[in-house]
Amino acid sequence: MYKKVTLDDIKVLQGILGEENVLVGDAISPDYAHDELGGIEKMPEVLIRVQTTEEISLVMKLAWEKTIPVTVRGSGTGLVGSAVPVCGGILMETTKMNKILELDSDNLTVTVQPGVLLMELAAFVEENDFLYPPDPGEKSATIGGNISTNAGGMRAVKYGVTRDYVRALTVVMPNGEIVQLGAKVAKNSSGYSLKDLVIGSEGTLCIITEAVLEVIPLPKVSLSLLVPFADMKSAIEAVPQIFRSKITPTAIEYMSRDTILFAEDYLGKKFPDTKNDAYILLTFDGNTDAQVDADMKAVADLCLSIGALDAYIVDTEERKKSVWSARGAFLEAIKASTPEMDECDVVVPVNRVDEFIKFTHALADEMKVRIPSFGHAGDGNLHVYICRDSLNDADWKQTLDTCFDKMYQKAEELGGLVSGEHGIGYAKKEYLKKQLGTVPIEMMQGIKKVFDEKNILNPEKICF
Amino acid sequence: MKILVCIKQVPGSSNVEVDPVTGVLKRDGIQSKMNPYDLYAIEMALSLTEQYGGSVEVITMGPPQAKGIITEAICMGAKKGSVLSDRKFAGADVLATAYTISQGIQKAGEFDVILCGKQTTDGDTAQVGAEVSEFLGIPNVANVLSVTNVADDSIIVTASLDDKVATMNIKMPCLLSVDGDINSPRLPSYKVLQSVTDDLIDIYSFSDFADQNPDHYGLMGSATQVERIFPPEKNAEKRSISGNADEQSEGLYQLIRERKLV
Repeated sequence: MYKKVTLDDIKVLQGILGEENVLVGDAISPDYAHDELGGIEKMPEVLIRVQTTEEISLVMKLAWEKTIPVTVRGSGTGLVGSAVPVCGGILMETTKMNKILELDSDNLTVTVQPGVLLMELAAFVEENDFLYPPDPGEKSATIGGNISTNAGGMRAVKYGVTRDYVRALTVVMPNGEIVQLGAKVAKNSSGYSLKDLVIGSEGTLCIITEAVLEVIPLPKVSLSLLVPFADMKSAIEAVPQIFRSKITPTAIEYMSRDTILFAEDYLGKKFPDTKNDAYILLTFDGNTDAQVDADMKAVADLCLSIGALDAYIVDTEERKKSVWSARGAFLEAIKASTPEMDECDVVVPVNRVDEFIKFTHALADEMKVRIPSFGHAGDGNLHVYICRDSLNDADWKQTLDTCFDKMYQKAEELGGLVSGEHGIGYAKKEYLKKQLGTVPIEMMQGIKKVFDEKNILNPEKICF
Repeated sequence: MKILVCIKQVPGSSNVEVDPVTGVLKRDGIQSKMNPYDLYAIEMALSLTEQYGGSVEVITMGPPQAKGIITEAICMGAKKGSVLSDRKFAGADVLATAYTISQGIQKAGEFDVILCGKQTTDGDTAQVGAEVSEFLGIPNVANVLSVTNVADDSIIVTASLDDKVATMNIKMPCLLSVDGDINSPRLPSYKVLQSVTDDLIDIYSFSDFADQNPDHYGLMGSATQVERIFPPEKNAEKRSISGNADEQSEGLYQLIRERKLV
């Protein structure tokens, strides 16, 4: 049903974007056929690099008229195949739209183009004494990508996720119309929140070309605590007790000794402590030393009283770097430890995390496969990796399917959901369908139809 | 094996402003921390005593609040520490600082090995360690990467000489300035912090020292006079190399060669 991109279409695209921003054939790097996940691969018929909302509007008018599928791509750091042009057509790269347009310190907002990288935004606002709280591990992701997956990250425990910081979006509809959703306001009860539908829609509804994001004053003090436990069960069980103490850390991550050792190998750098089997890593922030110190001490005392072996203080830049650089490298480290892997990004209620992790350990034994994990103990979002190691093609596929089936089923049993922050994309859509059932999936399909009647934007993703 | 580690309290951030008139660092409101290079020395000391037995002590010179880093070192595993603090020590340059520390070390006890960090992040001279060893009349090795063997009266030390690594047999007692990034310093323990008491920290002042000539300390004992202190210029130069993968890697290679980074 989709039309192929013709030479005439290429000429029109070149007219809109300039020849240098329209790539075809061998000029397109094979990297554009996949995202970080790998496995799902398809080359686009044409790769375009857009720079303005108006250009995108003109491109979409062409695509709409010709019924050409369009997939939007930021840095390509996704993990569910969302930015893979599975139906071919146009792949629209937004990384050239990387300008920070405005910092409004009266309204506490920063306005950005979608191709700004998370690390660039974080550094920019921090230079100006502000914090953009969402903190996904992949700092080279674009903000457009973060909004499209409603990325979460480590500070979600205290500050929430990307959705909580998006005030307004400028979007281009599949037919090329330019629409403003939301506004630079702190409150909004003005009808259906279309902006919130777009957040997390993985480029299936419209194309984000500008975003107004909320920032908060930069907390003046922050420190972390690395708490070792004899085993993962004791480590994870500490988390609900910390919440019960009414202290809200900024982040609570869990990590096992195995995962830390992978990171050590990968980074070629030793972690400050690997004597124990399980750790939780907490961060506290605030505006005074006294406040942050009091929170840290209260949690350290609590942890020691419930079996923590110690509580290591991570207070200087050097110490934070030595601990958090390892945490930041976990994904890449596990990836480097095996020829292929796939990931389960489930989210379960915080007080069921332990059960889920125990389940993955039992599953690893049963399936005779390595399943390392790490993740956000403080918000129940786990990153569980099934490693291929020496399995042959057939066994790998079989193992993967069985493990995923069982893990998603277990997550559902525990009251959890398919994805905490990576999204559904192409790779996880069957699991979403299985969990949600007919009515919610049909509602999603209906919403998609309202936005994109011709189904040209990122087809075959999420609910199809 | 008795090891003493010389440590220093430095500003917690590199963004410390300098008063343009007096040239004095504006320390108000700026947190302080242990000199990051000293952490490697502490880690080496603790690892050595874990391997060969013995104990680790630390020593610092500074205002009374420098006690904080002694506590921190104890939380990392040191047994005890000393603070050398007196108004007479103020304004000391490298020479007077090294002399004061050497006096303090003699007061603190006898040690087989004295370890220093490579340099401090505020003074940056990397000379205090060597001068302390001169005052104590003991051998000194700089840029130490590892201590590989400990015998009764000597140790085997490897040290970086930029383009080569030297292995030396050094007679104890000796002073070693250890290189940066040679290990991953352990973190301070909150559990230990709860048990640190004041009797683990000795405070020594001028009156405790063997040399009672005030002209050997502080500003009076300094051979250098600071004319001006100013913050270093920040290099915010950014360069972007564009083109396809081959062009970008060629551009990067040429840049690395041009700057003699390899």
